Amino acid sequence: MQLTNRSKQVSNKEMTFAEKIYLPAIVTGLGITIKHFFQKKVTISYPEVKKNLGPVFRGRHVLKRDDQGRERCTACGLCAVACPAEAISMVASERQKGEENLYREEKYAAVYEINMLRCIFCGLCEEACPKQAIYLRHDEFVPVFTERDQVIWGKDKLAENMNNRYLRTAWTREEAHEQDLKGIVAQPRTQL
Amino acid sequence: MAFSIDAAFIIKAIIILLIFAITLLIATYSTYAERKVAAFIQDRIGPNRAGPFGLLQPIADAVKMFFKEDFIPSHASKWLFILGPCLSMLTALMTSAVIPFGDSIKYEAAPGKVWDVAVQAIDVNIGILYVFGVVSLGVYGIMVGGWASNNKFSLLGAIRAASQNISYEISMGLAIVAILMMTGSLSIRHIVEQQHGGNWNIFYQPLGFVIFITCAFAECNRTPFDLPECETELIGGYHTEYSSMKLGFYLFAEYINMFVSSAMIASLYFGGYNYPGMDWVQAKLIAATGEITGHNLATLVGTLAFFGKSLFFVFFYMWVRWTLPRFRYDQLMNLGWKGLIPLAIVNVILTGGAILYLKPLVVSLLK
Repeated sequence: MQLTNRSKQVSNKEMTFAEKIYLPAIVTGLGITIKHFFQKKVTISYPEVKKNLGPVFRGRHVLKRDDQGRERCTACGLCAVACPAEAISMVASERQKGEENLYREEKYAAVYEINMLRCIFCGLCEEACPKQAIYLRHDEFVPVFTERDQVIWGKDKLAENMNNRYLRTAWTREEAHEQDLKGIVAQPRTQL
Repeated sequence: MAFSIDAAFIIKAIIILLIFAITLLIATYSTYAERKVAAFIQDRIGPNRAGPFGLLQPIADAVKMFFKEDFIPSHASKWLFILGPCLSMLTALMTSAVIPFGDSIKYEAAPGKVWDVAVQAIDVNIGILYVFGVVSLGVYGIMVGGWASNNKFSLLGAIRAASQNISYEISMGLAIVAILMMTGSLSIRHIVEQQHGGNWNIFYQPLGFVIFITCAFAECNRTPFDLPECETELIGGYHTEYSSMKLGFYLFAEYINMFVSSAMIASLYFGGYNYPGMDWVQAKLIAATGEITGHNLATLVGTLAFFGKSLFFVFFYMWVRWTLPRFRYDQLMNLGWKGLIPLAIVNVILTGGAILYLKPLVVSLLK
């Protein structure tokens, strides 16, 4: 059976004199390494330089607001049901009079928590959401945490900041490629 | 000669201190250079966090080494365990004493009385023998450390180091014999002086050079001959049980040995502080700044040329390390005993023949 066409017949023939004294092979090797010495480096100095991970990368979560800044989430619990890691929990509450500018519909999530140690960033919550309230950002990671009380993220960390809204222009690789061809500039990276 | 503290003595003391300090500094920054060269060859950037371009990395490493637990295994022979890295470090530092780093520094003590101080710690007429003696002592550091660890991997590494060093010292010595036949002197300064200008030994001894540099790699336990500390087979070889600054000493001694052997290669085969056009430079400098200052400046330029050559060979060591894989042990022994020793003997015979028959011919043709 042949899996690739790169297989090579091994021979056990006696080495020639040039091979026995190693020097020609060593010089060839030195040539290869010195070429790499002057080549462009592939390293990305991470915290200073960030690579664009593409339009479909699933990073940290964001609870979207609508254009008037009202929370879209209605605490229906579909995301929590969809979540295979059972990372999401919420407490629903009824909107009071005078809160219409805060919550878009009559029911909202008073508490919305994601356990970042459980989350596997599968994106099923995003797909389950009928209100398009939760998204996984394509441009930000969940930053490193070192304390246990930093593990569970509440609404304070998840809700969208209206001064720095999360926008995504492309939803698939193909779309991103099309926009690249049309010259649509990707969203600038926001700082963590 | 009366021993008194005069200007020559002070200049000599400064030169010795400088050589000592520069050797240590170069060894320190070799660790940094090693990591940078490795990174560059592997298309990476290398250390760049500690200070600009990561230049403080060696200091950070040293601090790390000092703060690690200095652990001595309970079954180890305690004093020999401590003695091992000390011996390695001591022998490594002793070798740079006889290497001529430059021509000489002139100093006018009184009108008409000019001191001429060689830029070299001591000029002994058995310089090469001294280096060989000290380098062979270096294997004791590894041997003692490996044996005292009371660990089979350490002992195997030490045995490998000892047998490898003994095997390669023979061909290294034979390569040097050819040089000695040419120059007729064991003093490294004499050998360097005979390579005045661009008249370097490499042009007369290309085969000897290849043998010498191969053996130098083996003596320094560098890849492709780093079997004593071969990680894949022996964990860390002779320094498996070592930690903290004792391990640091072993690693540091390796870098000092690397620099010293590079300096030896530069002075034996590449003219030491000589460079083409040195007479012209010296004449110009003397014309511009006067007899004594001009001479001293020319010496400085020569010293820089020497360091340039040495550092190139330090780079070459690293370059080879990140190019070649490790030899198998039987290949190592085959190469040493069946390859290099006969080749070195052939080289000696060829050199002898050339001195006897070729040299009179060339001299008579030139007349």
